[in-house]
Amino acid sequence: MRPLRRVLPYGAILLGAWGLGACKPSAEELANATGDIVVGHYASMTGSTAHFGQDTDKAARLAVDEINAEGGVRGRKLRLVTLDDRGDSAEAANAVNRLIDVENAVALLGEVASSLSLAGGRIAQRRHVPMVSSASTNPKVTKVGNYVFRVCFLDPFQGRVMAVFAKKHLGLSSVAILRDVRNDYSIGLSDAFRKSFIELGGTIAVEQSYAQGDTDFSAQLTAIRASSARAIFVPGYYSEVATIARTAQRLGLALPLLGGDGWDAPDLFKIAGDALDGSFFSNHFAPDMASARAQRFVAEFTKRYGQAPTGLGALGYDGVLVIADALRRTTTVEPKTLRDALAATREVDGVTGKITIDADRNPTKSAVVLRVSSGRAKYETTIAP
Amino acid sequence: MSKSPALRVVVFVTLLFALSLAGLALRANVIEYVQRIVLLAGINIILAVGLNLINGTTGQFSLGHAGFMAIGAYAAAYIGVLLGPLVEGWCGPGLLADGLTLNLALVGGAFFSACAGLLIGIPSLRLRGDYLAVVTLGFGEIIRILFTNAEFLGSATGYFGNEPAGLREYTSFFWVYVWALLVVVGLYNLTFSQMGRSLVAIREDEIAAEAIATPTTRLKVQAFVISAATAGIAGGLFAHIQAGIRPEDFRFEKSIDMLVMVIIGGLGSISGAVLGGIFVAVTLELMRDLAQYRLVIYALLLVVIMIVRPRGLLGTRELFDTWKKKSGPSSGARV
Amino acid sequence: MSQFLQQLINGLSLGSIYALIALGYTMVYGVLRLINFAHGEVFMVGAYAGYYAAWLLGVERFEAAGQNFPIYLALVVLALAMGAAALLGVLIEALAYRPVRSAPRLTPLITAIGVSLLLQNVALLVFSPNPRRYPAILTEVRFEFAGVIVTNVKLTIFVLATLLMVGLHLLIQKTSWGRGARATSANLDAAELMGIDTGQVIRWTFATGSALAAAGGILFGLDQITINPQMGVLTGIKAFVAAVLGGIGNIPGAMLGGILIGLAEQFTAGYLSPDYRDAITFLILIAVLLIKPQGLLGVVRTEKV
Repeated sequence: MRPLRRVLPYGAILLGAWGLGACKPSAEELANATGDIVVGHYASMTGSTAHFGQDTDKAARLAVDEINAEGGVRGRKLRLVTLDDRGDSAEAANAVNRLIDVENAVALLGEVASSLSLAGGRIAQRRHVPMVSSASTNPKVTKVGNYVFRVCFLDPFQGRVMAVFAKKHLGLSSVAILRDVRNDYSIGLSDAFRKSFIELGGTIAVEQSYAQGDTDFSAQLTAIRASSARAIFVPGYYSEVATIARTAQRLGLALPLLGGDGWDAPDLFKIAGDALDGSFFSNHFAPDMASARAQRFVAEFTKRYGQAPTGLGALGYDGVLVIADALRRTTTVEPKTLRDALAATREVDGVTGKITIDADRNPTKSAVVLRVSSGRAKYETTIAP
Repeated sequence: MSKSPALRVVVFVTLLFALSLAGLALRANVIEYVQRIVLLAGINIILAVGLNLINGTTGQFSLGHAGFMAIGAYAAAYIGVLLGPLVEGWCGPGLLADGLTLNLALVGGAFFSACAGLLIGIPSLRLRGDYLAVVTLGFGEIIRILFTNAEFLGSATGYFGNEPAGLREYTSFFWVYVWALLVVVGLYNLTFSQMGRSLVAIREDEIAAEAIATPTTRLKVQAFVISAATAGIAGGLFAHIQAGIRPEDFRFEKSIDMLVMVIIGGLGSISGAVLGGIFVAVTLELMRDLAQYRLVIYALLLVVIMIVRPRGLLGTRELFDTWKKKSGPSSGARV
Repeated sequence: MSQFLQQLINGLSLGSIYALIALGYTMVYGVLRLINFAHGEVFMVGAYAGYYAAWLLGVERFEAAGQNFPIYLALVVLALAMGAAALLGVLIEALAYRPVRSAPRLTPLITAIGVSLLLQNVALLVFSPNPRRYPAILTEVRFEFAGVIVTNVKLTIFVLATLLMVGLHLLIQKTSWGRGARATSANLDAAELMGIDTGQVIRWTFATGSALAAAGGILFGLDQITINPQMGVLTGIKAFVAAVLGGIGNIPGAMLGGILIGLAEQFTAGYLSPDYRDAITFLILIAVLLIKPQGLLGVVRTEKV
């Protein structure tokens, strides 16, 4: 190879490194930062769970625009920078690094999937940048460190909610569990449900599992049909849940399904049709909830995006509200001060309820249970912790 | 290449010294975002050079190397969690303990991956290229399914160790690139040794090689085991740069990434594999805005390269062939 | 007992779909000695083609009015989807496989993987990753007997799959194209020397295999309720294993292999654990390749050097 062609690959690499803006900003550059306050959002905008990131992002943007329209935070505007992590945990870590280093984010919003929040949270904690997870329900997330917060309830609570609902409100004593083994959320929720339901005196008739992406549930449902279960707890994501409902309908299985916030997606009923009628699921928020704040949010979101918001959207919105609230209570954007302000969050008027952050950096909140009828989800009841 | 042993030791120590300086310089002057990418590039180098041994040099086709990476990652993570506190107890916390734990974990991970490689290689390497591809793909998936169902390893949530902050971050620039150096030099020597020449013979014409009494199956299995071990080392390094590892991190897509690394550089070229590894790590981030098109672009690259320039960037030659004016055993080969 | 029968029925219908797809693999391998990795994606595209064809023909209006979609329109949907897939198959052959036909083994293999990935990811972009409910081209009717539920969809799968396979068999045995295909499978060079237009034969092979896969795609969508851009990956591999099980290059073998894999999968899911339904297929592949690599109905091929 001629000398130039030999050098070319190395040159390309160096060029790339320069292009990535490799060098650290000087202390001067950091101190002189004024202008917009950047909130970094890392989310799954593409990939099989793209609707998680997109729902959250749309609502977060709405919140940022509303805050800026009212004058911003102490005279400065908020800017939301969103990076896609494609549902990959290595990418989540990269995205968080990039938001901190390149976009100069002072606070982070994200993620929805707990394993991704863990990946990004570790980086946020190490680099002392406060992070607020909108929708990660695994207890481990806020245990990563004192810079990691969340605005949603936890899986142990959510599992208990449906157990209480099944036992006390529906009077069921024998339930089957059909969970997604490829999904940490589903496993966590089913473990919590099982524990609570048994504590309340119920029995788990049979446990079956599937893997995210499966389309054939006839084997599992046939086994459940043969058991004494009077309902099926399906704490999975909407696409499998919808198919399960249809398959159950096809098999003549008339049992109600019970689920969690993973059901909440616009396409749930597109796929399920009327197969989910008579089922219930827990969520962070219901579009027909009584609170004025929720109603205003639903109206604004629908006006702007032409579709109703999901629970994830509501949480993304509240995540931004909590960050903005903390920013308003500090005089600088210095990380430690912001962290302390977040830890002191009291009664923020959110769409999903009044948010107060406790000593473990989790909020104390209630869950709502929705009933499905005529292919739509309607508010049924609220269950407090 | 008849360097005296003393000279080799001096060169090696100098390289180690240079690497540690480079590592310190990187940490002080470069933003963490880029630091991490440099580390990921180094891990890719190990993956690519390892896969190149079996896909390139030996001409066999493995589509399941993500599985070996997974085994190495989980094993190394587990060993790290077990040994970390013990080692710290002996030598006190610090760089020495971290380095020791990491290397013990890596060796352990490589061992388990090698065992898996043996288990999978012995039955599969009797098969022709096309079948081997599907079988290895299947094994990769089976391994992932096994990890997804393994409760003590965290199943789908992933393995995060016993501390709230996750797995300890033992991986550093120094260690990644020391291992990358070891793997590259080691496999280079292997490729240009007697065994390497036999492997190339198997690639070029397996039946002819058999006819001259080359123990083809044994050699293929050996190469496969070595290749699996290197993937295991890369996995172990990867595990200790993450808070935790999940089976989803080692999907078929990862095997495809590895394939792209090897093909872009040229199937059979070690320096090509190195460049390919760096290429994939860097373009992953540079193409951030085009992230949803990334796999489309990789797929197009695969097809176009095969049609237009199947030899890839360097074909089967090495970067420094012209320096040495040596025609290696692989030149003149068709891909 | 009823559970056994139910799993049996489910296994047979799943297996019929695998058989339809496996035929494409086996035919292409027969003439070209190439594993067409992209075949699973052709299956997926066929399913989506059916989805859009149904939509074009107004299936939503029928659904909203609670009426059945007319049979003749359903057949039009099938024909359109099969035609679209056939075109895609021929296109893939012309653009991606023909240029590398004379290259050493590994190159066409990598090209095939590349094409498969390309189709998958373009589909992800164009169709979005969200699963879609398959339109009711066939309105579902349930029959129950002896505690076993059978839907008309499952019956249609059997009937249609059998008809198509019989049709293919007749095509291969009775027509001159079929003769050409058999000759090309036996020895491509010799066939060419005998004056057979092997290029034509290969094109028609791809077209036919792809059309069958598309039919499988539509049936899959009807049976499994949703389709998504990655549905071809795992199903394609399973169908390939089915082809190997039956004896790659052997058409009746592909049909047999498909049914067997479908049954194995369903029984594993039902009696062992659903977690291992995918793993069983790979285990079967390994077992076949270790014990009888030429497959159940295949013939040992000696390779001339």
